[in-house]
Amino acid sequence: MEQKGKWFVRGIKDGVPIGLGYLAVSFTLGIASRKAGLTSIQAALMSLTNLTSAGEFAALSLITSQAAYAEMAFTQLIINLRYCLMSCALSQKIDPRAGIGHRFLVAFGVTDEIFGVSVASSGRLSPFYSYGMMSAAIPGWTIGTYVGVVSGEILPDRVLSAMSVALYAMFIAVIIPPCKENRIIAGIIVTAMAASTAMAYLPWVREISSGMRIIILTILIAGAAAILFPIKEGEEEENDGA
Amino acid sequence: MEHNIYIYILVMALVTYGIRMLPLTLIRKQIRHKTIRSFLFYVPYVTLAVMTFPAILTATDSVWSAALGLLAAIFLAYRGKSLFQIACGACAVVWISEVIIFM
Repeated sequence: MEQKGKWFVRGIKDGVPIGLGYLAVSFTLGIASRKAGLTSIQAALMSLTNLTSAGEFAALSLITSQAAYAEMAFTQLIINLRYCLMSCALSQKIDPRAGIGHRFLVAFGVTDEIFGVSVASSGRLSPFYSYGMMSAAIPGWTIGTYVGVVSGEILPDRVLSAMSVALYAMFIAVIIPPCKENRIIAGIIVTAMAASTAMAYLPWVREISSGMRIIILTILIAGAAAILFPIKEGEEEENDGA
Repeated sequence: MEHNIYIYILVMALVTYGIRMLPLTLIRKQIRHKTIRSFLFYVPYVTLAVMTFPAILTATDSVWSAALGLLAAIFLAYRGKSLFQIACGACAVVWISEVIIFM
């Protein structure tokens, strides 16, 4: 019981920067929702139930164009497919003692940021750590969207711009420390960033959406690394602490 | 026929939750296959690296403030600072540099 509480509090603590970053991003989402004709309640409901920036932005343009429901379903499937890879990774990281009910709940909060922080936690992932992060991050995302619809000009541009970098800084916080001990991970990160840059700017491939780019590069690079540098037994635990 | 916004939201939510939920609930055993284990071990690093770069460069109002924020985050992460400190440090660097850039 004490352990659960400890993990929950730790989750809230690590969830606060996620929530603040979300506040900035969802604020922009709220402004876009208003342009698409959603009410503040509809926009907040969309954010609360979806928790996905790229997916929601894409949804707004589909709603504006009155697309078919099937098209909406397919677009969400493609854009959000990266969560599938993340959930596969988390299925191995989550505490094996956690029952299926916990898995249903943890799944709801698999966002880029919560995933990133979850994989960096030491040892097995306690569901209560996820709940702590979710209870700090989800209100940030939902309230930010709501406020964005109601009032687009409440935060000055400078503050919004500065807050937008928070989410990326958190990714850096997760991937840089293991590089110090593990040269393979360092090489993989440099390769991934270089390939991502190439795919973002080179002709033809730059037409590929960012969600698809994440999936393609993850499968190619993590796949190649798995074949070239298979991990030794126990290596996962060693790096978990980082 | 006019489409209903609430049905749109419901469709989105169901698809997105399904993607997140199915792997977590269907894969409940520890995977023994060495290559698959290695693949899943490397997935987060690749995914997070691809999501960070080059997207971070266009996240703020200036590519220079973003680059400085990125460098600050890398420096703080390398020094072993906490998640919160790294996030706040990067935000502060972006804010200060934009105050100077857009002066």
